[in-house]
Amino acid sequence: MINIENAVVSYREDVALRGVSLRVKSGEFVGIVGPNGAGKTTLLTIVNGLGKLVHGRVEVLGHLLTPGSGHFLRKRVGYVPQVENIDPRMPINVREVVMIGRYGLLGLLRRPGEHDWKIVDEMLELVGMSHLAQRPIGHLSGGEQQRVAIARCLAQEPELFLLDEPTASLDWRAKADILGLVKLIHNSRHLTTLFVTHDLSCLPVACNRVVLMKQGLIWGEGSPAKALTDDNLSQLYDMPISAVRERRKEAILI
Amino acid sequence: MDLSIFGYQFMQNAILSAVLGGIACGIIGVFVVTMHMPFVGVCMSHAAFAGALLGLWLGFNPLIGAFGVSLASAAIIGPLADRGELSPETSVGVIFSLMLGLAFLFMGLMPGTKSAALELLWGSILTNTRSDVMLLGIVAAVVVGLVFAFYKEFQATVFHRDMARSVGIPATLILYGILFLTGATITVSLSSIGGLLIFSLILNPAAAAYQLTYSMKRMFLLSAGFAVLSGWIGLLMSYLLNIPSGATIVIVSSVIFGIATILSPKRKVKPWQKKPLPEERR
Repeated sequence: MINIENAVVSYREDVALRGVSLRVKSGEFVGIVGPNGAGKTTLLTIVNGLGKLVHGRVEVLGHLLTPGSGHFLRKRVGYVPQVENIDPRMPINVREVVMIGRYGLLGLLRRPGEHDWKIVDEMLELVGMSHLAQRPIGHLSGGEQQRVAIARCLAQEPELFLLDEPTASLDWRAKADILGLVKLIHNSRHLTTLFVTHDLSCLPVACNRVVLMKQGLIWGEGSPAKALTDDNLSQLYDMPISAVRERRKEAILI
Repeated sequence: MDLSIFGYQFMQNAILSAVLGGIACGIIGVFVVTMHMPFVGVCMSHAAFAGALLGLWLGFNPLIGAFGVSLASAAIIGPLADRGELSPETSVGVIFSLMLGLAFLFMGLMPGTKSAALELLWGSILTNTRSDVMLLGIVAAVVVGLVFAFYKEFQATVFHRDMARSVGIPATLILYGILFLTGATITVSLSSIGGLLIFSLILNPAAAAYQLTYSMKRMFLLSAGFAVLSGWIGLLMSYLLNIPSGATIVIVSSVIFGIATILSPKRKVKPWQKKPLPEERR
């Protein structure tokens, strides 16, 4: 499904990825964990061809990524970016935003038909946003916008599902709802999923492999139980083991 | 009121110019407003003005100069606007001041009277010829045609460039298309409205429409409508009161924006929002 070999990505003066190799099999659910600035988002952007490689080789869905070849691939890869502020006066409603997911598939000069709107409405139903379908997108809360982003992504009928911190800056309940939704989608569609988070309490239970990232490198990987040991986390986040244990207790309290 | 003036060819040209220029400017304005890049448009209109003056100075068609220089400025601004991660305002500001500097340099170097240059600065819709009208018509048709054909690509790109890219829409190409159309619209409207004022006719009607609707299709229609209306009312007032037409048109468009803002449903607290929640629903 995904085969990354020794990828290096640099932005201006910073090196975001410093030689990363990763293989992901069809149907896997991979959690990518690490502190802020570890290169997690950049890793997602080279999978959907938005990031620019300066070294290495990336093959996604049997397609070798080269500069300029990205947008054919992106039609087949669903990407939910981090929550961003949307201008509340933006003249576009929720249903139209979800339809954008189908625009790439439709191709130039073709208009969305009845079939496309039907898929959009089904996806809104799935994420529980049907009642807000006609609302301007900027009027929704962060959690609602994130559900819409997931619906948009699914409307694309992707073969690969990438989520970048989908729960960041959401409240407690909204976080749990989004995680439940992601799990439901993965289980029902067996969609290969990459889930990026800096917050361990937001790692979905459906996750069957965890990749630990730090300073632009993959620092370790394995099953959640094996990878997320106190020892590993203390090194990953540069915290003493006692602090990691303390944090774990707090997480359990919640 | 004596309206026999509307029977004259020059007045008919002016009325048609107001319609065609209004449609093109109104539609381009929707992109400028929803993409939050008004300064980019200001910069491009001054680039067009500088280019036209270059043409006047060196003796070639000012329209070609205007188009060339505004496209050149778009080629510099485009990558800055596209990056998105850092605010491009400072670099666009530098290009803006460069364009203004070039414009005044060319004007200073120009031999003889400066009346042609001043006309480009203020604009005079009343001296538009049939060929000016034709040119405006061609650009308006291209703008309308492209928006119609690529509506969904424009909509997605305007809403969120990275999102558009992530679903496989060539958003960078669309952004450059928008800048190109902006350059073309400004160039052909330069002689009617003037280099200093043209940008207001792009920004104001679209900003007014932005206050009134949550539908992008309606925003295109309202914006084009407001721009045409500004042109007509401005033209009429300029004739009745014997005042400069370009300035009047722009002032009318600003007044329309003011009225739209006052009437905007987007900033009003609805009646049901004023009452506290009834006891039984608490």
